[in-house]
Amino acid sequence: MEQLLYVSEIVVNGLMTGVMYALVALGFVLIYKASGVFNYAQGVMALFAAMTLVGIQQGQVPFAHLINALTGMHVSNFGWNVPAVLAIALTAGVMVLLAIAIQKLVLQHLVGQEPIILFMATLGLAYFLEGLGDVMWGADVKTLDVGLPQGISDAAEALTARLTGYGFFIDRLDIWAAIIATALVAALVAFSQYTKQGRAMRAVADDHQAALSVGISLKFVWIMVWSIAGFVALVAGIMWGTKSGVQFSLSLIALKALPVLMLGGFTSIPGAIVGGLIIGVGEKLFEYFVGPMIGGATETWFAYVLALGFLVFRPQGLFGERIIERV
Amino acid sequence: MNEHSMTADLEPYTTADGRRIGGVMMDLRNITLRFGGVTAIKDISFDIREGEIRAIIGPNGAGKSSMLNVISGFYVPQEGEVWFRGKRRPALRPYQVARQGIARTFQNIALFDGMTVLDNIMTGRLTMMKSGLVAQALWWGSAEREEILHRERVERIIDFLEIQNLRKTPVGRLPYGLKKRVELARALAAEPSLLLLDEPMAGMNVEEKEDMSRFILDVNDEFGTTIALIEHDMGVVMDLSDRVVVMDYGRKIGDGTPSEVRNNQAVIDAYLGVAHD
Repeated sequence: MEQLLYVSEIVVNGLMTGVMYALVALGFVLIYKASGVFNYAQGVMALFAAMTLVGIQQGQVPFAHLINALTGMHVSNFGWNVPAVLAIALTAGVMVLLAIAIQKLVLQHLVGQEPIILFMATLGLAYFLEGLGDVMWGADVKTLDVGLPQGISDAAEALTARLTGYGFFIDRLDIWAAIIATALVAALVAFSQYTKQGRAMRAVADDHQAALSVGISLKFVWIMVWSIAGFVALVAGIMWGTKSGVQFSLSLIALKALPVLMLGGFTSIPGAIVGGLIIGVGEKLFEYFVGPMIGGATETWFAYVLALGFLVFRPQGLFGERIIERV
Repeated sequence: MNEHSMTADLEPYTTADGRRIGGVMMDLRNITLRFGGVTAIKDISFDIREGEIRAIIGPNGAGKSSMLNVISGFYVPQEGEVWFRGKRRPALRPYQVARQGIARTFQNIALFDGMTVLDNIMTGRLTMMKSGLVAQALWWGSAEREEILHRERVERIIDFLEIQNLRKTPVGRLPYGLKKRVELARALAAEPSLLLLDEPMAGMNVEEKEDMSRFILDVNDEFGTTIALIEHDMGVVMDLSDRVVVMDYGRKIGDGTPSEVRNNQAVIDAYLGVAHD
């Protein structure tokens, strides 16, 4: 009984971690669905969004080091603090500007190119954004605090203790992440299924020429999709940044999104969620049951091995569209 | 030299079967289109009149599809002018042309394979939807009324083209002939004033061709839609169209009523007299 409850606690925590993986994977799915491009820069976009948010919140002067080096001044801070809500809104604005810049400077010139070319372009974009983030806001590790509750949830512990006689340790931030991620997914699904803009997005994803012929502007849809992906990156950046600090390693969580996508399929929003949950729970349980036998630290590789298995037996993922070659 | 279509008789008239043909809607003046060193269209001029069915014919590689792509904005010609409704049209993007009321179908069918027949046709009305983003997502007030209105129009087209039983079928599963029909339905959903059909009957059997001919005539007759079409099947073209432009190697070699074109020696030499299929 005691062990069963302990395993349940592991599962719950695994689900919470899985939600965080799903958040990052979601950004990839959106862009992949709408343009067939695997956006390698998604993780860096989350880092960039988190850095920008901290910078705006703390009143940092953007490009302070550069300005100081060029002019001999010593600026670093405006000396004000921006409220979290306003800072988040401003950062969302920055992500939209970024989307417009990406469309104008990169995508527009690569219309009709092979997907691998676009992928390479996003690879370049990732390095560029990484550098831009450092130049704008400095490369030091920052703490992000937008007022999300953190620490062990007493309420959850008390509730589970009363129900089962065993108090679960659940991080309050994880609970909030789950709630926010659920709301985000619901909003995205409603957007893509029922709104004119969402339908236009699906149309562009399906066939460029046909979309043009019914009066849809590819440029508008691309800017919109990259803006939404930037917005999702911002949410992921807030969650991960609050959890583990805003630093370069934040961009590496994108790597964890890869196995999530291979499980869920690159084209499915629900797939990204379920894939994230499976990997979150799977790696925690694997560590608990198998870890001790083989020396532990299985969480670093479990997801990738699982993804490899999927690549061999079900390459389209759990929910992806079946790959059918017509002859 | 190309005879300029301005010389044509521009008085409105009524055809033998009672349809009204009005003034010039689309006027193409001295269009030249090049791809690198290849000239696809050489100095072609012709017009399309309000309410008529205008055919463009010619052997393979004559530049017919390129011409249609110029009209629909997919290609921008290097020389020449496109006049639409009495105004010179600047170089527009294809989606802007579509929003001016020019709808089209494609030679190689461009449908949204992942969507159902109904969703495909509904995309034809996307640019007409006006309610706000949030209202649409939550299905609020005006958004609901608007959706119902658009759905009614789409249902009328579905009835018209006799595809009622296919509403919920994913387009990817349909046979070729029906795909062509769904593509026509999507173009009609936009309520275009000018409809461009790129080989609407290519690859169809006789029965499907007859159906499609009937639909084209009915669209023109009932909705008053002006139609410009490209077609290989000479018999079909001669039966359907009011006037025919004949192209060969990117040049216009004939322009007139079906009977005029049929008796034009240049046309006979270039197209009808030589075995093409």
